[in-house]
Amino acid sequence: MNAETLRERTREFLDRNDPATTDRLEFLRARFDAGLAWVHFPEGLGGLGAERELQNVVDQELAAAGAPDNDPRRIGIGLGMAAPTILAFGTDEQKHRFLRPLWTGEEVWCQLFSEPGAGSDLAAVGTRAVRDGDDWLVTGQKVWTSSAHSARWAILLTRTDPDVPKHAGMSYFVLDMTAPGVEVRPLRQITGEAEFNEVFMTDTRIPDTDRLGEVGDGWRVAQTTLMNERVAIGGRPVPREGGMIGPVARAWRDRPEVRTPELHDRLVDLWVQSEALRLAGVRLRQQLAVGHPGPEGSAMKLAFARLNQELTGLELEMLGEDGLRYDDWTMRRPDLVDFLGREAGYRYLRAKGNSIEGGTSEVLRNIIAERVLGLPAEARVDTKVPWKDLPR
Amino acid sequence: MNLLYSDVEDQLRASVADLLADRAQPASILARCETDKPHDLDLWRTLTAELGAGSLHVPESLGGQGASAREVAVVLEELGRTVAPVPFLGSAVLATTALLGCEPADGELLGALGSGRTVGALAVSLATAPGSAFPSTVEYTDGVLRGRVRSVADAAAADVLVVPAVGVDGPTLHTVRVDQAQVTVTPAVSLDLTRPIADVTFDGAASTRLTGDPESALDGALWTAAALLASEQVGVADWCLTTTVAYLKDRHQFGRPVGSFQALKHRLADLFGELALARAAARNAADAVGGPEERVAALLANSLCSTVAVHAAEECVQLHGGIGMTWEHPAHLYLKRAKADQIALGTPGQHRRLLAPLVDLPAPR
Ligand SMILES: Cc1cc2nc3c(=O)[nH]c(=O)nc-3n(C[C@H](O)[C@H](O)[C@H](O)COP(=O)(O)OP(=O)(O)OC[C@H]3O[C@@H](n4cnc5c(N)ncnc54)[C@H](O)[C@@H]3O)c2cc1C
Repeated sequence: MNAETLRERTREFLDRNDPATTDRLEFLRARFDAGLAWVHFPEGLGGLGAERELQNVVDQELAAAGAPDNDPRRIGIGLGMAAPTILAFGTDEQKHRFLRPLWTGEEVWCQLFSEPGAGSDLAAVGTRAVRDGDDWLVTGQKVWTSSAHSARWAILLTRTDPDVPKHAGMSYFVLDMTAPGVEVRPLRQITGEAEFNEVFMTDTRIPDTDRLGEVGDGWRVAQTTLMNERVAIGGRPVPREGGMIGPVARAWRDRPEVRTPELHDRLVDLWVQSEALRLAGVRLRQQLAVGHPGPEGSAMKLAFARLNQELTGLELEMLGEDGLRYDDWTMRRPDLVDFLGREAGYRYLRAKGNSIEGGTSEVLRNIIAERVLGLPAEARVDTKVPWKDLPR
Repeated sequence: MNLLYSDVEDQLRASVADLLADRAQPASILARCETDKPHDLDLWRTLTAELGAGSLHVPESLGGQGASAREVAVVLEELGRTVAPVPFLGSAVLATTALLGCEPADGELLGALGSGRTVGALAVSLATAPGSAFPSTVEYTDGVLRGRVRSVADAAAADVLVVPAVGVDGPTLHTVRVDQAQVTVTPAVSLDLTRPIADVTFDGAASTRLTGDPESALDGALWTAAALLASEQVGVADWCLTTTVAYLKDRHQFGRPVGSFQALKHRLADLFGELALARAAARNAADAVGGPEERVAALLANSLCSTVAVHAAEECVQLHGGIGMTWEHPAHLYLKRAKADQIALGTPGQHRRLLAPLVDLPAPR
């Protein structure tokens, strides 16, 4: 498949499905069935087995024709984490059941990984899953679960064997969020919103057919999810000033009265770093396209978080008196997360989460140091003992 | 120059800290900050009536405690450490210092502010840096005030405002009672939940014109406040460091306390180092109020301490992980205070720019 044949195919698809007259959902389903959803996925699962980079060709044609998209910001966890994991570890039946409504956005997904006692140390999860005939009974608590309140499905990491060392005793499931025993409680954030939740499971029944990967192999499955979570950030092409630098640069241009030489120097420095980060993303995608993903990917989320925080901090200083204000503290449960949305105060506070969510910056530094640079690993006290005997 | 805490100051700190430990717990502060009465005026009346915190640097001849700015700084440190929502900065620092700069000072009003019966605020934007031009958004004509001032600290709790206004013959300073129809105080949605700001409109408001030099009275209040705010920032940073150290000793991941990871130890050790510099600078600024070094001391302290406080609060959120991002945990109250304090009375950049010529480091041409 090359760009020309794909362009041809997309145009034919548009001839058959006029976005102006087709219902949005019907259009998205038809697009999935035509293999134009994510072209690098296999045929029959929304793709054509083509190269990932060719997706741009499809997206350009569809955008030019005014076609609706699947609102990727609303379903980021499904697209970025659940889908690649299902693709890698799911049975044929699971792939056919889950991927289409996931991609069209009919079914929203959330990620039930972190627990009060297992954050950076995700392999410590204690949510218990116990075999019961053809089912599993799950009891435990998850925390910081973004979008749990709008999700229909979850990817869930559980402990199935407490008697072996922690990395060996986990299993990975798909959880129906409407199943009995699942309770979602909002957790309010420093922004005022409740974007994330606590999720309690009490004797929640999961059929064994909703397991992803082998029993006891949950850690390997989870690694696939996490790798994709971190790649997702560098994954989407953005134009120059498409990130957090955008609103700050605009404020600078719109408000000559706030300009000082000191702020100017800081802003231009951050502009340079933001543009270099964007170029590093372009480079990473080019490496992926030719099949040699470089190790720089892990450094990108670090830089992304740091720049978002420095830029938003600078913006409040720059706004001066207006930086003393906030737009709205009202407690809400938003449907989507938008780092750039709302005003400067919100952006400042929300950006604090960027170095915590999806692996903290400290944990990422450890990963770079040990897995990329090959520095000797930290001596571990927790990897050989049975999970149940670990100090907490 | 004495950069230590005297015995008297330590005693004052202990009394204030005791009261705040009792009456300014994070949970109650959080619950209050979203109500329509975000200031805790009961606590304020206890602080003033029982501890004299409302009139520390007011001379005894005017009914005050006859202490100095150093004691005010000690109280601010404790208030920073608890982010207690009392109108100390607005009433006891900004409004009181402006009144003290008038000739003669209004002893009756100072007495009322000192006792906590009356709450005052200085009607300038909280973002005003010392040394700024006299504010001109309020006009004094035909014996009344007209105009608007945005972002006034503690105005929502105030009974009396000290208002700079421009009259036909130049700058003037007034006291204005808020309980008249010609004054409107509109609370703003504030980044800092525990020191809310408000916008004030004067629409032909009656006032009492103060005598003396209005420009120097206002300037004196802003310089003093800038110098003393550094101590609040030290209190904020100190709480953040102490709380984070305690959490990381306790929090286990990977089978051991998270605080046992060297990367985090070094971060906290660095923060401790920053705080040591900040405290010295803040003490120096408090000691220098009213003296020849006042401006240099205020500028160096505020530019440094505000940066340290923001850094400490940001580290506090980060090192608490997910829990640091929650509304329920008090870390965000300190982050919001630290960030607002960084803008209050001028940003570090403005302070450095004011400082440079005073220490013979002229800007490039
Ligand atoms: C906005 C937001 C959204 C989130 N959404 C989700 C979600 O949808 N699903 C989900 O499962 N989770 C989610 N999380 C949880 C997130 O993954 C965890 O918060 C994160 O992994 C950190 O875990 P913790 O909060 O327990 O912090 P801890 O692990 O307790 O860490 C505390 C501090 O110690 C540091 N630290 C820990 N170990 C080390 C070490 N070895 N060396 C150096 N420093 C260390 C950490 O970096 C951190 O600063 C979300 C978090 C946030 C803030």
